[in-house]
Amino acid sequence: MSDTSGQGIPAPEGPADLIETEYQIGQDNISTRIGPFGLDIHNPVFAISGLAIIAFVLVTLAFQEGAGTMFNDLRVWLTSTFDWFFLLSANIFVLLCLFLIVSPYGKVRIGGKDATPDYSYSGWFAMLFAAGMGIGLMFYGVSEPISHFSSSFAENAGTPESWAPLAGAPGNETEARHLGMAATIFHWGLHPWAIYAVVALALALFSYNKGLPLTMRSVFYPIFGERVWGWTGHIIDTLAVFATLFGLATSLGFGAEQANAGLNHIFGIPVSDVSKVVLIVAITGVALLSVVAGLDAGVKRLSEINMVLAALLLAFVLIVGPTLAIITGFFTNLWEYARYLPELSNPFGRADDNFRQGWTSFYWAWWISWSPFVGMFIARVSRGRTVREFIICVLIIPSVVSVFWMTTFGGTAISQIVNDGYQAVADAPLELKLFAMLEALPLQTITSFIAIVLVIVFFVTSSDSGSLVIDTITAGGKVDAPVPQRVFWASFEGLVAIALLLGGGLGALQAMAVSTGFPFTIVLLLACFAILKGLHSEPR
Amino acid sequence: MYRKIMVPVDLAHADKLALALDTAANLAKLYGAPVTYVGVTAATPGPLGHNPGEYEQKLKAFAAAQGETHGIQTDARMVVTHDPAVDLDDALVKTVHETASDLVVMATHIPNVADHFWPSNGGRVATHTDASVFLVRG
Repeated sequence: MSDTSGQGIPAPEGPADLIETEYQIGQDNISTRIGPFGLDIHNPVFAISGLAIIAFVLVTLAFQEGAGTMFNDLRVWLTSTFDWFFLLSANIFVLLCLFLIVSPYGKVRIGGKDATPDYSYSGWFAMLFAAGMGIGLMFYGVSEPISHFSSSFAENAGTPESWAPLAGAPGNETEARHLGMAATIFHWGLHPWAIYAVVALALALFSYNKGLPLTMRSVFYPIFGERVWGWTGHIIDTLAVFATLFGLATSLGFGAEQANAGLNHIFGIPVSDVSKVVLIVAITGVALLSVVAGLDAGVKRLSEINMVLAALLLAFVLIVGPTLAIITGFFTNLWEYARYLPELSNPFGRADDNFRQGWTSFYWAWWISWSPFVGMFIARVSRGRTVREFIICVLIIPSVVSVFWMTTFGGTAISQIVNDGYQAVADAPLELKLFAMLEALPLQTITSFIAIVLVIVFFVTSSDSGSLVIDTITAGGKVDAPVPQRVFWASFEGLVAIALLLGGGLGALQAMAVSTGFPFTIVLLLACFAILKGLHSEPR
Repeated sequence: MYRKIMVPVDLAHADKLALALDTAANLAKLYGAPVTYVGVTAATPGPLGHNPGEYEQKLKAFAAAQGETHGIQTDARMVVTHDPAVDLDDALVKTVHETASDLVVMATHIPNVADHFWPSNGGRVATHTDASVFLVRG
């Protein structure tokens, strides 16, 4: 048999600037069998990640109160002390993305000059949106605009006790509404998507154009050189697995609580541990089917179904809600967002500590802790796009969709409170605000049912894409590792969620997951440098 | 009897394919049939190349070496899929049709309980094509 190794051939996908490294993808992997199942795992990232996650869960379960206090204090300390750092960094990410759109680097094509896109616009957009923030829009689309509107309108707005953005607009209903919507859109618009775009672009560039494995460590090659294949890289990858799994598992746990509350509200299904565990098992079960069906037949198809359902719900609320007000509100909110953006994104010399640290800084840490997962997933499905196309589609379009979504759901809810005096939506707990808003519209049983299905399917699409990402990282960047591995990670995530739900500690470990946003902010800043350096050497 | 033989190969584990490759070569000589070696890969960098282009070059070199060693007519076909761990069977079935192969020779493992969850590749190819499938235990 001929020797097939060592025949380095120039990239036939067109000119690209490959990084020459001695490292062979998979060289640190262990290929073995456990019983009937084949394994192809990175040594030591797989084992360290798995064991550390189990250890953290056990410690949290054993010392619930202490762990809860410690992780929450850590999270609050980080987001309060380093609020300026989070705000400043997120601004840098937005500016970098905007620069890339207009700069000559925008012509660089991910995957080489002659690469063609792997996915159509609709499939691509559905996947990146479903993985990125779908579920959050369901819960915060109604509640957050109401919160900011209420705090801005309140008499104490502008005082140190207030949670209003900036100085608020005490007693001024129109201005409070504008500020409330602008502040909400600020948290769901350009900044979060810029965070995802930076991670995704860095990964896509260093994988598809530079030929490095699709794992977080590859982004650091320009900084650490060959050391990224050693412990420096092991730590980066393990941290990424850690943030992703805990982020997903705790969201799944809380999601089950919220979905249970919704089902109880609509169908009277009792709120109990059994119901929640059944929900987690069901969501994990569907996610398992999806990962086993693969990226095209599973993840992409579910994401597309999700998009259709979300669009239907959006169209329904638009049509039966205050249609004209929503359409004009969309443009007004876009303008108000642009008007307030410099003030809201200013990291220094502000008086709104509660809002800046409790909302914005927390959100930025949260998005950043999710960015390894969402970024890696977006990177995987973005081959063949130019950098300009990529940034426009990952930054601008989702931001505009978020504005429209927030205007439709949040704007309708505020109108219900202000114009119709409908207090139920203001009084409802967070997880029920969406349903309370839908109840004031026609066909509420059908729309509430669609909403609950959307909530569940959004969890599935996060769970399945997250499992694929963790599997790739723990397989050293190989995307063709045996299928039982991804089954393991999807199941493991469900089990961690159940353990934390029953034993307590969901909040504690979610706080810890959000805390990983701090080290990852530094990682992302380095990634910005790596992107510019990497793009500079690419043929345009 | 057979006009075209297809041999799926995983170049990362080429050392485990010796028996299947020899079997395919002997059958090719016996029936005077050309052999197409098929490799399925993702667009992401992997152990066998930075990109699909590099992988294809290696696959072609592999096929040419097989032809030279065994004195048979060979060619290579690369299939790029988004998720090769899952898309492998579909890619093979599609390639059997596209290459009009009537015999598939492939290496296989000893059946185990996992086959109840993930049907064997050979079984899927036999079910979804008209080609004969020769499974060779490595």
